[in-house]
Amino acid sequence: MAWARRILRVNLTKGTCTHEPLNMDWAKRYLGQRGLATKYLTEEIDPKVDPLAPENKLIMATGPLTGTCASTAGRYSVITKGALTGAIACSNSGGFFGNEMKNAGLDMIIFEGRAKAPVYLYIDNDDCRLLDASVYWGTSVWDTEEGIKEAHGDPQIRVASIGVAGEKGVKFACVVNDMHRAAGRSGVGTVMGSKNLKAVAIRGTKGVSVDDMPAFLKAAAAGKKVLAENAVTGQGLPAYGTQVLMNVINETGALPTRNHRDIQFEGASKISAEAMAEPRESDGKPNLVRNAACFGCTIACGRVSTIDRTHYTVVDRPQYQKASGGLEYEAAWALGAATGVDDLDALTFANFVCNEQGIDPISFGATVGAAMEMFEDGVITTKETGGIEVKFGSAKALTDLAELCGRGEGFGAEIGLGSKLLCEKYGKPELSMSVKGQEFPAYDSRGIQGMGLTYATSNRGACHLRSYTVASEILGIPEKTDPLVTEGKAGLVKAFQDATAAVDSAGICVFTTFAWTLEDIAPQIDAACEGEWSVDSLLELGERVWNLERRFNLAAGFTGKDDNLPKRLTKDAAKTGPAKGLTNGLDKMLPEYYDLRGWSKDGVPTNETVSRLGL
Amino acid sequence: MLKALNIDPGKCTGCLQCELACSFENEGVFNPSKSRIKVFNFHDQGRFVPYTCTQCDEAWCMHACPVDAISLNKLTGAKEVNDNLCVGCKVCTIACPFGTVNYNSATGKVIKCDLCGGDPECAKACPTDAITYVDANWTGLDKMRQWAAKTDAGQQATQ
Repeated sequence: MAWARRILRVNLTKGTCTHEPLNMDWAKRYLGQRGLATKYLTEEIDPKVDPLAPENKLIMATGPLTGTCASTAGRYSVITKGALTGAIACSNSGGFFGNEMKNAGLDMIIFEGRAKAPVYLYIDNDDCRLLDASVYWGTSVWDTEEGIKEAHGDPQIRVASIGVAGEKGVKFACVVNDMHRAAGRSGVGTVMGSKNLKAVAIRGTKGVSVDDMPAFLKAAAAGKKVLAENAVTGQGLPAYGTQVLMNVINETGALPTRNHRDIQFEGASKISAEAMAEPRESDGKPNLVRNAACFGCTIACGRVSTIDRTHYTVVDRPQYQKASGGLEYEAAWALGAATGVDDLDALTFANFVCNEQGIDPISFGATVGAAMEMFEDGVITTKETGGIEVKFGSAKALTDLAELCGRGEGFGAEIGLGSKLLCEKYGKPELSMSVKGQEFPAYDSRGIQGMGLTYATSNRGACHLRSYTVASEILGIPEKTDPLVTEGKAGLVKAFQDATAAVDSAGICVFTTFAWTLEDIAPQIDAACEGEWSVDSLLELGERVWNLERRFNLAAGFTGKDDNLPKRLTKDAAKTGPAKGLTNGLDKMLPEYYDLRGWSKDGVPTNETVSRLGL
Repeated sequence: MLKALNIDPGKCTGCLQCELACSFENEGVFNPSKSRIKVFNFHDQGRFVPYTCTQCDEAWCMHACPVDAISLNKLTGAKEVNDNLCVGCKVCTIACPFGTVNYNSATGKVIKCDLCGGDPECAKACPTDAITYVDANWTGLDKMRQWAAKTDAGQQATQ
């Protein structure tokens, strides 16, 4: 059936692995993945727990569609109390690990406690064991994955692991699977590291079925047709990947540049999708090798790239001369525009290192951007940076810091604090471009107003994957709204947030929603899962998940005051582009948003809302 | 017209929809580990290569089978395994030079591509046309046409 109906509970303190049945009452109310795992987490941990304490738990979760033939149905999420934010964290990843987990008959793996010494979890269908990971401790994601496959003599094992950054407590460490697919944000890899858990290695061959197979095949096929015929999912993303956005967002005047000092980057075209496809002068080959799909994905937005072998970063370093994952738009922005660096090979190298050692390129690049601003302002000097000239536009500073941060060493370890703690440490908290301690992604909310409200209210801190109003405000999906106005954005953000929470709970990729509405998704879930699943019930599910996350954060100590933006975005007007002269009008959108949500003016869900959603 | 699977690795994105379709057609569940077509990911080179049985005319598996469990389907050209006759001895898996016949420990029989009786699900499921089902005599036709376009300098059109 769509749900495997079984979870694996791993107590790292005791060294035990125990299967238990999935709580089907909860599954029918929270679907799977993000929603269902959040329900489990919030029932099982104290919201005030230190994210790095053994009492915090870490859950890996698939959705009911994970492992089926629905397009993009290979997702899994990592849910925990985030190390970067202290808020609820849910980071979603593609690749092939989620499918393997489902084929091992698992909806979820719940990790609790802390191992005394480094371990990895090995799963071969029903055989689940904690094994000694001391030989992998201190090694990269890449070496760990290859080492585990070799040790078990099975190249078909799928591995999710942390790099050295997650071991060393870099606050924005990721869990990386399949070499370059990551549950990237909020420091879920840092929590994994705090548990002395290096990796999860799975081999699953059980197969996945659904409730009503004929109806499901029909619904899944209809869905794939919609994706293929859509301009974004059928043409733009396959041809250019997410990097299709670099020039578009720059022209929109919403590309945050040099720590959000500017909103247009003069080097954007040099780090764009078009530049990736351009043959290099040195060897005549382009940066982009080819498109790559995650499990079951008929869009294939993933990119595989190589670095020019004569580039300073890789000369005499063969491990980086091979093809690997990237660049995606968010990484190209954070490593490039946010730092003012326009050297495509340097960005690709920094991206490889982020994958190799498991650090979030968004938080990393944005934090480097903040450090560069402090360096230019003379707040920090080469004395603090260990001799590195951390100047805007310095490719060398970027690539040196990526390696140092990935290893948790020197000034790289300070970058690993994230921009909030780093800027506070040097007395410049206002220079951290973050919400709830998490750095902004690649859209400036002066040029795209709805994203300001999206960031301010996101439960996991600033994030573009909680309500991607860029779709409406820039791309006109499902309908065009004006990016420069605040009117109507509260309702837009709420609708996107609820729909996205449902999509994230299903086991599919949010990129499908460039083409799919819930009208396309509901029939697939309805055919796959027991019970009646409609557009309305999915929207209510999304709202329930959103409020559940909100209530966790409130109990953890966050308040409505944390639904904010840095002053730079609400006080300093944009200097160029279509948004010139504008700041973000969060104060106009937030009260309306609270009202639409059924929350008090302080941002607390009212009793009526809580009871309506059955929380 | 006899048809054959034609695989163009250059178009493959590694999504495994072919493996899902194959496993569903043959096993009734989505299970890439039971697929008769496999996509190999050569990560360091950025290559994805789907691979399955080539349905050799002089099929080594068929000749090697001691119990005549593998036979030719004259309509499709597929070499098919008869589960009622197969004893799971695996000699065919040794004989096949390409490794495309495999043992299924759950059933105790060998499994290989049978072209789904003439309507291969993998080709239908492939979103990029990396796998197509074409005239067996002209499996190279598409590639040939592309090269023809490249090698012709366009003189006829301009003269």
